[in-house]
Amino acid sequence: MKPAPFDYHRPDSLDEAAALLAELGDGAKVLAGGQSLIPMLALRLACFDHLVDISRIDALRGVERRDGTLWVGATTTESAIGADPAVAAAVPLLARATPLIGHAQIRNRGTFGGSVAHADPAAEYPAVVLALDAELAACSAAGGQRVIPAAQFFTGLWSTALEPEELLVGARFPVWSGRCGFAIEEFARRSGDFAIAGAAVAVELDDGEDRVRRCAIALLGMGPTPVRAAGAEAAVTGRPLAELEPADVGATAVAGLADVPSDLHGPQSYRRRVGAVMTARAFAAATAEAAARPASAGAGNEAATSG
Amino acid sequence: MAEWQVRMVVNGQAVEQAVEPRLTLADLLRDRLGLTGTHLGCEHGVCGACTVLVDGAAVRSCLMFAVQADGREVTTVEGVAADDGTLSPVQAALRDCHGLQCGFCSPGFVMTITALLRDNPDPSDEEIREGLSGNLCRCTGYQGIIAAVRHAASALANGG
Ligand SMILES: Cc1cc2nc3c(=O)[nH]c(=O)nc-3n(C[C@H](O)[C@H](O)[C@H](O)COP(=O)(O)OP(=O)(O)OC[C@H]3O[C@@H](n4cnc5c(N)ncnc54)[C@H](O)[C@@H]3O)c2cc1C
Ligand code: FES
Ligand code: FES
Repeated sequence: MKPAPFDYHRPDSLDEAAALLAELGDGAKVLAGGQSLIPMLALRLACFDHLVDISRIDALRGVERRDGTLWVGATTTESAIGADPAVAAAVPLLARATPLIGHAQIRNRGTFGGSVAHADPAAEYPAVVLALDAELAACSAAGGQRVIPAAQFFTGLWSTALEPEELLVGARFPVWSGRCGFAIEEFARRSGDFAIAGAAVAVELDDGEDRVRRCAIALLGMGPTPVRAAGAEAAVTGRPLAELEPADVGATAVAGLADVPSDLHGPQSYRRRVGAVMTARAFAAATAEAAARPASAGAGNEAATSG
Repeated sequence: MAEWQVRMVVNGQAVEQAVEPRLTLADLLRDRLGLTGTHLGCEHGVCGACTVLVDGAAVRSCLMFAVQADGREVTTVEGVAADDGTLSPVQAALRDCHGLQCGFCSPGFVMTITALLRDNPDPSDEEIREGLSGNLCRCTGYQGIIAAVRHAASALANGG
């Protein structure tokens, strides 16, 4: 047996899980799909006295439309998200990010909440959460429920705004309607590896002149956390598509980044180039999709993606 | 550390074991149940040799604790052939298409391909490559394995 010994707890309800985390304190860690945690335990990069398995709490699992938003429960598996037509229709970016995560066998166990709480800077779901300004719902025995905006959630390398005794319950994604397009592009050395760099892009065009009404760009692998390319977003907003060159958008997106990592895969300068190219490709794909939608589509975005 | 009493069905047989929570499903299968067909290569999720089906889903048994499989149905490579030993269409195709050399990776591929073809009986070449991307083989260069998936798909389409 490779991991160090630990005690195992399997609460049936959210309240019970929160109570356990409060009671066990620092020595306890949440176990969801285990696809990030178990390798760390096996390599003894981490060790905990208690694991609290949240995978059998029904209330934490599942996807559902709530008013104008899409709710994704924390323990919904990555493969369930990838296969759900409601996700593809309401939040296409989330659906399109899913096949880029690891391999099918990983996605069958790995969960949405695990990926977001693990907060790997090169992971796909955190970038999508950040790009779309999702709201993250957290819960603890002492504090009850609270909502953390995506912009405040990713605080550093593998660290988040969650308190140690807090559980991620799920996320609420806004549903973009109108003439929208979405794309995620990344480059990895082998299929299924964490990406060296990538970008998730969402755009909405106005009806008349194909002006960019809003644009969200999140970069992955380009810093200690996923980052929004706010400069590039501002530079394209309000401009007609015909004036915009995807390569320029890519260059602007990576221009101001302070902490681009340098590692075995390549130096900072290489990552910047890869990040710029991935942003350019995602921007081109997202705007092409949006431009192909008929003007005055209204809420037609969903009808168009669900077919 | 407290042991857990776990029950599961492995290849159709009910199993009950007291386990330390840190015992992986792979180690339970191999060391407790003697089902050594499930191989362990990397033991941290990269190679796919340990792939088994849990409630039908292909998963890495090195990245799952046996306690997490409590109450579940597990299928290993030992549970794939017919009772009389006749190979399953996927196993036969791997043999016929030279989809293995040393065979270390083969149990993982058998389980991955079995789930792949159940969910997608007529995969495109790209879907095959994507579907196999989580399993490593150091011998074959993959071409024989990819051919075996196509072969098994047509065998299954023609009634197995
Ligand atoms: C070979 C391999 C390749 C991979 N490739 C990729 C990839 O390309 N992209 C990618 O994004 N991921 C990749 N992963 C990781 C995978 O997506 C994980 O499934 C995911 O990061 C963690 O989800 P999990 O449910 O398995 O979480 P676990 O491993 O169970 O937990 C991960 C961390 O999150 C915490 N946690 C989990 N759920 C909650 C919760 N609800 N509230 C609070 N804390 C929680 C845990 O305490 C732990 O610290 C890969 C994994 C492997 C083994
Ligand atoms: S032994 Fe499980 S993936 Fe390598
Ligand atoms: S046949 Fe030897 S590793 Fe695949």
